[in-house]
Amino acid sequence: MTQWTRIATLDDIPRLGARVVRADTMDIALFRTSSDQVFALRDQCPHKGGPLSQGIVHGGTVTCPLHNWKIDLASGEAQGPDEGCAHSFPVKVEKGVVYLAYSVKEEAA
Amino acid sequence: MRERLVLIGNGMAGMRTVEELLKLDAERYQITVFGAEPHPNYNRMMLSPVLAGDKTVDDIVLNSRQWYSDNGVELHTGDPVVSIDRVGRKVVTAEGRSVAYDRLLVATGSTPLIIPVPGADKPGVLGFRDVADVATMLAASREHRNAVVIGGGLLGLEAANGLLRNGMQVTVVHLLDVLMERQLDKPAAAFLKASLEEKGLRFLMEARTAEILGDERVTGVRFADGMVVDADLVVMAVGIRPNVELARQAGVHCNRGIVVDDTMQTFDPRIYAVGECVEHRSTCYGLVAPLFDQAKVCANHLARMGISRYEGSVTSTKLKVTGVDLFSAGEFNGAEGDETLVLQDPAQGIYKKLVIRDDRVKGAVLYGDTMDGSWYFQLMREGTDISAFRGSILFGQHDLGDAGHGDARVLALPDSAEVCGCNGVCKGEIVDAIVKKGLFTLEDVRAHTKASSSCGSCTGLVEALLANTVGEGYAETPSKKPVCSCTDHSHDEVIRTIREQQLKDMPALRAFLSWRTPDGCAVCRPALNYYLLAAWPGEYQDDAQSRFINERAHGNIQKDGTYSVVPRLFGGLVTPSELRAIADVAEKFEVPEVKITGGQRIDLFGIKKEDLPPMWADLNAAGMVSGHAYGKALRTCKTCVGSDWCRFGTQDSTGLGVKLEQLTWGSWMPHKFKMAVSGCPRNCAEATIKDFGVVCVDSGYELHVGGNGGIKVRVTDLLCKVETEAQVLEYCAAFIQLYREEAHYLERTAPWVERVGLNHVKQRILDDPQGRQALYQRFKYSQQFSQSDPWKARADGAEAREYAPLRIA
Ligand code: SRM
Ligand SMILES: Cc1cc2nc3c(=O)[nH]c(=O)nc-3n(C[C@H](O)[C@H](O)[C@H](O)COP(=O)(O)OP(=O)(O)OC[C@H]3O[C@@H](n4cnc5c(N)ncnc54)[C@H](O)[C@@H]3O)c2cc1C
Ligand code: SF4
Ligand code: FES
Repeated sequence: MTQWTRIATLDDIPRLGARVVRADTMDIALFRTSSDQVFALRDQCPHKGGPLSQGIVHGGTVTCPLHNWKIDLASGEAQGPDEGCAHSFPVKVEKGVVYLAYSVKEEAA
Repeated sequence: MRERLVLIGNGMAGMRTVEELLKLDAERYQITVFGAEPHPNYNRMMLSPVLAGDKTVDDIVLNSRQWYSDNGVELHTGDPVVSIDRVGRKVVTAEGRSVAYDRLLVATGSTPLIIPVPGADKPGVLGFRDVADVATMLAASREHRNAVVIGGGLLGLEAANGLLRNGMQVTVVHLLDVLMERQLDKPAAAFLKASLEEKGLRFLMEARTAEILGDERVTGVRFADGMVVDADLVVMAVGIRPNVELARQAGVHCNRGIVVDDTMQTFDPRIYAVGECVEHRSTCYGLVAPLFDQAKVCANHLARMGISRYEGSVTSTKLKVTGVDLFSAGEFNGAEGDETLVLQDPAQGIYKKLVIRDDRVKGAVLYGDTMDGSWYFQLMREGTDISAFRGSILFGQHDLGDAGHGDARVLALPDSAEVCGCNGVCKGEIVDAIVKKGLFTLEDVRAHTKASSSCGSCTGLVEALLANTVGEGYAETPSKKPVCSCTDHSHDEVIRTIREQQLKDMPALRAFLSWRTPDGCAVCRPALNYYLLAAWPGEYQDDAQSRFINERAHGNIQKDGTYSVVPRLFGGLVTPSELRAIADVAEKFEVPEVKITGGQRIDLFGIKKEDLPPMWADLNAAGMVSGHAYGKALRTCKTCVGSDWCRFGTQDSTGLGVKLEQLTWGSWMPHKFKMAVSGCPRNCAEATIKDFGVVCVDSGYELHVGGNGGIKVRVTDLLCKVETEAQVLEYCAAFIQLYREEAHYLERTAPWVERVGLNHVKQRILDDPQGRQALYQRFKYSQQFSQSDPWKARADGAEAREYAPLRIA
């Protein structure tokens, strides 16, 4: 079952930056765009598993730090000639608080 | 049925004839082409840049196999014609193909002369003519060290330059005391020799080759005076011999070349010939411009239009060695009674000479500034009376008008002025094409007019024409290399705008330059961040989110997402207590691997990001700071033992290395920057492949710049020699600051020095002591803000959220 978990305040995430959320079995990357939208992707590049949280954020995209794949923040899809998808998680921001929809089942998947 | 045309020789002249013919009449012939080489038609002149590593073989293909099939031309490569049967009107090839012709075109080019000295047939001895030769030379440069180039003409010097760029030690041997004597007079040749020596070529003048030494393979060259030079590769560039055997055996009349008349017809009316294999009015040519003229005329006759004649060509020459500008045409040495006008500016490296007879230009040699070459060439060919502007002719054409700057010179050219010598394209044609066809880029102009598509030396002129004709539009064309796809502006424009408009933050800069994306991208953001930081030290607020992760986190990211830690060891020196502290952190943080780096320090691998700040705190406590092994920044200063211990040491290289590193650490740069100090010319610290290297000698310090030991090895250029350590520090800082202010982001000093020229660096640092001082002061000013240890700040709590993960409750 999906449940919203309070994860951070908006201010905890640098604008045009990211934070790593450490869950039991994986890391999740939480991104904040210049217009204060927040997105969450599994912190693993579909290419060779690079930590997307460490990339440069621009527009609705993050560039992976290892080999420069560009990953769409909303869908997790690799852009341009590259193919692959990082799992994305639903996020909402209410009154400056960031909630992540994250279930134990998903974590096990 | 269509007539059958067979072309022997898939080279530059033959295929140009076919191209011209297809333009005039694509239907008349069924065309078959035989080439001895296994490649489609390529631009032979560009073998020099291929050898030098500036181009690849793919880059220089002129007509792809697809082009042949699209145009219905049958191509057989790697299958030379071995006989011509004039009675049966057919050719036979090595593979046994037999093809009949109605017309035959012979364009077999020429072969390099190999001097018939003993040993000239050994492996490792070759000419410089085709792709296979270049491949052999490149392979040799990877395995061997010493090359000898016999022949100091155009081809020999281009070969020597290419081999040098591939890291070989190259000696050029020349029979006379003047290089390129067929194109240059003594003073120009001396300038040329000096600048090639500066690049690292060695010369042996007035030397006659007597024997090639070696058993299996060449090992050396012996000269008539008994001297021996080591050589693993010998390139003979002493001349070419027209390839006439095939024609001669078929009974076609030949002298030195295949004799043709003004319609390019041989003594057999069915057989035409063009190119270097041809002798026309007792002259054989070895440059493409006349061959392309021949091709035009020949095509005209093959198409049965029969109206044009080839009456011989006046040729001019340029040398294709990066950083050397040289032009020569006509009777540059002058005859008795001729007048010569000379302009000489040794400091700027400029020499111009014109030979004048009866108020007409008869010959020209230009060195260092060749902008007016095409103008002089035109005055010469047209026999213009120059008495009206004789007083200022040497200052160039722009001096005739009132405008002073470079571009105006192109504007001043008449429409009939030839811009591209290889393809005979005039200014008027180019401007016309730009306007009528709406051309915007250099590539477009090349495709439509062929101007600048052969040897490339007129590229600057064509670009200037584009800029002047299209105006602002051109400034936005991609040929100018924008920073990234977010903008059309180039690096230089961004750097200039930041200073001129006093822009001090990134959103303002992007807005001013109308960036297409609101946030920029992963390519431009780090560049803009650097440019702003370099322009406004102390004022600009560094933007962490615009830095690549390594610089944001102050460690190198590893393939598994962990980081590496490299503390600075000034000059490679380390104390027992520092070693102990490193050992302690390695144990405390369970570091999986510890390694001595290639930069004389110690690398700790596999560190979890959240462990970085506490680990740095421990290292700080032992007096160590960040080594910036992760940054576009000052990296290491390698040193050798020097005079303190080494029996050969001439100066305290270790101490000087420490001082250099203390002066420069922390500085952000366009790319990484490495230094080294060696205590004597044995150069154990490898100072001559560093961005800035010092080689100590008895009388002082040699300063070397622009070296690189990485992807493409480049040996440094010698900047100068100084006498004191204080001078070394000042010159080093000035050089770094110049690089910081002028280079493009991600351009290391090696490509930067090649782009702007060593002369520019010398002018700014050697010739202008006040300017050097100012650079030094600007560097010191900016260092005030960058010499605080980023590790300490973070160990003390700065940027904490960068390192700490969030947790799910
Ligand atoms: C650690 C080290 C290898 C070693 O174990 O010895 C190393 C490791 C890396 N080098 Fe290097 N280089 C190391 C000495 C060198 C040297 C030798 C030297 O400095 O004397 C060279 C050739 C000299 C030169 O730069 O001219 C060298 C030429 C390169 C290049 C090619 C640079 C070029 O301009 O051609 C790269 C790629 C780049 O910078 O774009 C590179 C890039 C890298 C990177 C940063 C690759 C990356 O982007 O992740 C490696 C980081 C490993 C890590 O996580 O720490 N490394 N690298 C050496 C660190 C020296 C130090 O103490 O700081
Ligand atoms: C390294 C280098 C740099 C140069 N730089 C310049 C420069 O800057 N400016 C300039 O004006 N000129 C330059 N030249 C000279 C220019 O390249 C030549 O003048 C031009 O290529 C000659 O054209 P061509 O068609 O006569 O001969 P080629 O281009 O040599 O073509 C002849 C072709 O015929 C083939 N062939 C020969 N015999 C047979 C046969 N029996 N059957 C089938 N095929 C055969 C050969 O293999 C060759 O491919 C340079 C030359 C070299 C080698
Ligand atoms: S040579 Fe340098 S960049 Fe290549 S694997 Fe080794 S450390 Fe990494
Ligand atoms: S792991 Fe992300 S681009 Fe290679």
